[in-house]
Amino acid sequence: MDGERSAVSGTRPLLEVADLVVHFTRRTGLFGTRRETVQAVNGVSFAIGRRETLGLVGESGCGKTTLARAVLHLVERTSGTVRFDGADLAALRPAELRRARRRLQIVFQDPYASLNPRMTIGRAVREGLEVHRLARGAEADRRVRALLEEVGLPADAADAYPHEFSGGQRQRAGIARALAVEPELLVCDEPVSALDVSVQAQVLNLLADLQVRRGLSYLFISHDLAVVRHVAPRVAVMYLGRIVEEGPADALYAAPRHPYTQALLSAVPVPDPTTRRARIVLPGDPPSPVHPPAGCPFHPRCPHPAKDQTCLTVRPELTQLAPGHRVACHKA
Amino acid sequence: MSDPRAPGGAPPSAAGEAGPLPGAPLLEIADLRVAFASEGGVARAVDGVDLAVHGGETVGLVGESGCGKSVTALAILRLVEHPGLIAHGSRVRFEGRDLLALAERDIRAVRGNHLALIPQEPAAALNPVLTVGSQIAEVIRAHQHVTRAVAAWRAVELLTSVGIPDAEKRAGQYAHQLSGGMRQRVLIAIALACGPHLLIADEPTTALDVTIQAEILELLDGLQRRLGMAVLLITHNLALVAERTRRVYVMYAGQIVEEAPTGALFAAPAHPYTQGLMAAVPRADRPAERLAAIPGQVPPATAWPSGCRFHPRCPFAWEKCREEMPPLLPAGEGRSARCWLLAERQGPDAKTPSPQGASGGR
Repeated sequence: MDGERSAVSGTRPLLEVADLVVHFTRRTGLFGTRRETVQAVNGVSFAIGRRETLGLVGESGCGKTTLARAVLHLVERTSGTVRFDGADLAALRPAELRRARRRLQIVFQDPYASLNPRMTIGRAVREGLEVHRLARGAEADRRVRALLEEVGLPADAADAYPHEFSGGQRQRAGIARALAVEPELLVCDEPVSALDVSVQAQVLNLLADLQVRRGLSYLFISHDLAVVRHVAPRVAVMYLGRIVEEGPADALYAAPRHPYTQALLSAVPVPDPTTRRARIVLPGDPPSPVHPPAGCPFHPRCPHPAKDQTCLTVRPELTQLAPGHRVACHKA
Repeated sequence: MSDPRAPGGAPPSAAGEAGPLPGAPLLEIADLRVAFASEGGVARAVDGVDLAVHGGETVGLVGESGCGKSVTALAILRLVEHPGLIAHGSRVRFEGRDLLALAERDIRAVRGNHLALIPQEPAAALNPVLTVGSQIAEVIRAHQHVTRAVAAWRAVELLTSVGIPDAEKRAGQYAHQLSGGMRQRVLIAIALACGPHLLIADEPTTALDVTIQAEILELLDGLQRRLGMAVLLITHNLALVAERTRRVYVMYAGQIVEEAPTGALFAAPAHPYTQGLMAAVPRADRPAERLAAIPGQVPPATAWPSGCRFHPRCPFAWEKCREEMPPLLPAGEGRSARCWLLAERQGPDAKTPSPQGASGGR
């Protein structure tokens, strides 16, 4: 994968997310009589161009998975827009939405989630072709074989069941299934988190090759900052439902500007015993998305020495500090 | 035998050279074999493991899933369950006693006392219907003759020592009321309840977020320095091993394939598997480049390959590797690796400089 990839070409982005908000209500309490609102995604905006990868990192509960689902129109948005190739998904008629959905696919962390255990890999891959009426009969068979080969599975994989596969092979099958309908954007939600290191590298290399070969765009979601650096020339960091920093990976990793990004990066262990870095240990756990703090959502844990009253009361907006590098911090 | 380098003083995250410590090891495993009978045949999950941990040191046992590292941990504590069997001839000596020869009630007296385990899944390891305080007190009362009140008071003290704020209140709570990081702290408190000499930590932070992981590891470091205990850190994460251990064992397909001081291992891995693993790890501190993947998969434990078990995935394998299993061969000071290249009296580096074809197109 090239270290530098060209930015979005002159045309409009493939995916445009603007002020996206997803709140949902859940029942709590012993008898489920109390209701509370989870503010999972709280005003997120970003864009992804054709053939581009945006890495989205964040810890559990930051809202990254809900964001992925909202992009795919799998959960209802509270407000904001998701435009795919210029069209607002919420405004589409059912038939149009179905056509748009074909162009937007997802690869899950656990391929079991997308593979029916009683269905052979071949049938699982073929299903999408038939649902979207892309191929039938012998032509579908031929395409299934080609797809399996493309993701590095043996030809006889078509007749195997998911449980006969190793984790890495299942993830390849999950990718083949997503590719069957010839999508333009793949949302990859922790696609290698369940895999061993040696196999993880195989799958990351496969995703890189597929991107070049098929001109795909990726929204690559992960909690693993090292993995994200390897796949994404541009990275966004999420905390408590918001993007707190976004920028070119090289700049963001070399000189993070948001105190949360700084702490997150300092916590990542590095496989080199000669490197010793100052570790920023954050006090406490992230606050609940049911009651996000006023002002800057990070302020209760923020170690910034200049933290003041403004941080406690005024929510910082994402502000451009350098070309393409945006940070939501009063003190950055 | 008192040596200035001996126990207690070894920095837990020492990265420098670390030869074998003098004196008898605290834990010494010899020819450990554990097999599971399954439908697919006999799985030789652990197949002849030798390993030693000295007092006060942190030793890493690293490998991918299915390599046998967790089964090794269970076998040390004699917690291997049916249909698993520890083979005759296996030896696990801890503080001079052969744990495998002890009667059931005697091994129970060792477990959780001088030898403690931090298990993998904080959620599954705690009892959901007992308060965390009473679970800690239970462990204390199992090993020490103290009253309920004293055990309860000790439990609160332990919760405080593992950094749980408002410990008195937390002691009265249940596992589901705690965050993942808090639960892991409770498990550490349980492990420390009787002042262990050796702590076996099996993927202690795998289920946790990276900022919480860092907190827990700092906590373990601090406790280890204060209590002078030894730690056997079992993990798939090479970066954790690099940061936290003094010596490392690398496991593959049920065997130790390399043993080395941590600094030396990362400076120049001797076994082709270790080399491949290191090249496959993505790094947050370096710009992206194509990763060097190890081809193929870990073989199933029911059908280990002939000869060297890594040969089907090894870029250097030749005839001999397919036919004959290499023993652990010396590979420099305090190091050994299970690779025939070492018998050729030249390191793998000397034979071919870059195993994975110069890490792809850049």
